[in-house]
Amino acid sequence: MSNKTGFAKFKQQFRIYLRGNMLNLLPLLILLVVAIFVIFGDALLVTYDPIEMNLMDRLKPPSSAHYFGTDEFGRDVYSRLISGTKISIMAAAFVLTVAVIVGFIMGVSAGMQGGVVDEILMRITDLFMAFPSMILAIAIAATLGASLQNTLIALAVVFWPWYARLVRVQVLSLREREYVIASQSLGATKMRIVFRHLLPNLMPILITQITLDIGYVILSTAGLSFLGLGAQPPTPEWGAMIMNARQFMRESWWYTTFPGLALLLTVLGFNLLGDGLRDYLDPKMHGT
Amino acid sequence: MTQIIFRRLISIIPVILGMTILTFALSHVVPADPARLLAGPRASAEVVEKIRHDNGLDKPIWRQYLSYMAGILRFDFGQSFSSFRPVRQDMAEYFPATAELTIFALIFAVIVGVGVGILAAVRQDSWGDQIGRFLSINGISMPVFWLGLLAQLLLYQKLGWFPFGGRVGDEAILPPTVTGLLTVDCLIAGNWPTFLDAVQHLILPAFVLGLEPLAILARISRTSLIEVMREPYIITARAKGLDQNLVIFRHAFRNALLPIVTVTGLLVGYLLSGSVMVETVFTWPGIGRYAARAISSADYSAVMGVTLVISIIYLTSNLIVDLLYAKLDPRISFK
Repeated sequence: MSNKTGFAKFKQQFRIYLRGNMLNLLPLLILLVVAIFVIFGDALLVTYDPIEMNLMDRLKPPSSAHYFGTDEFGRDVYSRLISGTKISIMAAAFVLTVAVIVGFIMGVSAGMQGGVVDEILMRITDLFMAFPSMILAIAIAATLGASLQNTLIALAVVFWPWYARLVRVQVLSLREREYVIASQSLGATKMRIVFRHLLPNLMPILITQITLDIGYVILSTAGLSFLGLGAQPPTPEWGAMIMNARQFMRESWWYTTFPGLALLLTVLGFNLLGDGLRDYLDPKMHGT
Repeated sequence: MTQIIFRRLISIIPVILGMTILTFALSHVVPADPARLLAGPRASAEVVEKIRHDNGLDKPIWRQYLSYMAGILRFDFGQSFSSFRPVRQDMAEYFPATAELTIFALIFAVIVGVGVGILAAVRQDSWGDQIGRFLSINGISMPVFWLGLLAQLLLYQKLGWFPFGGRVGDEAILPPTVTGLLTVDCLIAGNWPTFLDAVQHLILPAFVLGLEPLAILARISRTSLIEVMREPYIITARAKGLDQNLVIFRHAFRNALLPIVTVTGLLVGYLLSGSVMVETVFTWPGIGRYAARAISSADYSAVMGVTLVISIIYLTSNLIVDLLYAKLDPRISFK
């Protein structure tokens, strides 16, 4: 087995992930396009400056000059949409990085320390989770003031308790495993146990959860921007674009339709991938 | 049962207390100048000072919390500077519309969602099941505000199948208010034309609001039913030669119900927060649209009032779910 190359192993695992189901290939294709938009979008793919106004070209329907038409300031919807991909992905990356790091620290502390620390930390997570998440995010973002940055902070505050919970439960079960106890009795420090033994075992479940949450964070960011809390003009954020498009919907269908479609497809990509990953990592689901 | 209810009621008191501490921190500690937030962006310096004094924002923080709590116990959420009325009064006026929309959306989501879930579980891995999975992930990935706009564009503007905006048309004769739920009040008054008009106005927003909960319920009931179908007692029931439908509904579905009920409780919170966007899109006169307008005019007391009320309803719906548990599963002892 050891002579099997890394690529062959990858191919084998990839086949298990696909499980003969072409539906599992779709998210990879969608996310490939998203990645291309993020990496090359601003440099190669945009056809106009996404924030430059051109009032002569107000609300023009899709054409060869403007693939997805123009908005009320004559800006190219296609270029704004491409440019907005990066904003959505960066937003999700920021929110989840903060939420996962804070959640991980809290969850590991609660799970490893137990006792009073565990009790206090878990009551705090209970408290945050007692609110419907979107409402709490609205309240925090409204307190901090309308801006994309504040919206992301609000979402990070809403998301971390879920990771703290997830990590804690895993730590509680992992710390009873024989290899952890063995390592402990050999005098390994807590830090070593956390990073050598707990983190690698937590990875699959964390990655699945993060993948499923990326879509949710992108949707929430767009939703808060739609309410006027998130990205402010002229930032080409999808939710903000849809909010502005609302008043021109009657005569300019393209202005509402394309940013929403981009939002739907991106979120769908992450959700399908997360769903496929969950089945792939859950041995119970194999062969069903 | 009364003992269980009593114990549960006691147990949510610390949670509500914690919630008020969090909302208090958000409204009094986090902002650089809470009086400025309450007064709104256009208020003059004198007005800000007056609000600071009237709301006791110049007192020590613990005194501020006590008066904040005392206010909440009286359902006093302060004054809205955009409507110039107490937030409590605004919410009392707008809440019934939200309740009606949420109830319709929830009924729609539960009936269709659980139905689709059962079908998918029974025909596991069939084409129908795969399509169901794909559609339900689509439902979860759908931006509701966008779906609402598209539905309007297509079904109202292009096809004219549904009326748009508000709870009834302009010419409708309104029934006397009994419950605040327009459809129910129409039924009580026997006012059929307005009842039909109200239902027509409800269909689109309830569909849009209920779509994601529907998708979630379909997935949960599918998974839950599949798990139960593998239990030995199901195999026994089948081996006895029982009718397939009897096995599914008498044996399997009842046992698959617990996760479905839990998720339904959680979805109430989703529906209430989703109403902020859906009501905005459909100009539905509920607390969601009230909150959205409060956000855009930076009407802070109104935003915090809606936050607290929705969160407490959410807490209550989870409490009801907990109590249903005891009814559904006798093994659960509330120790």
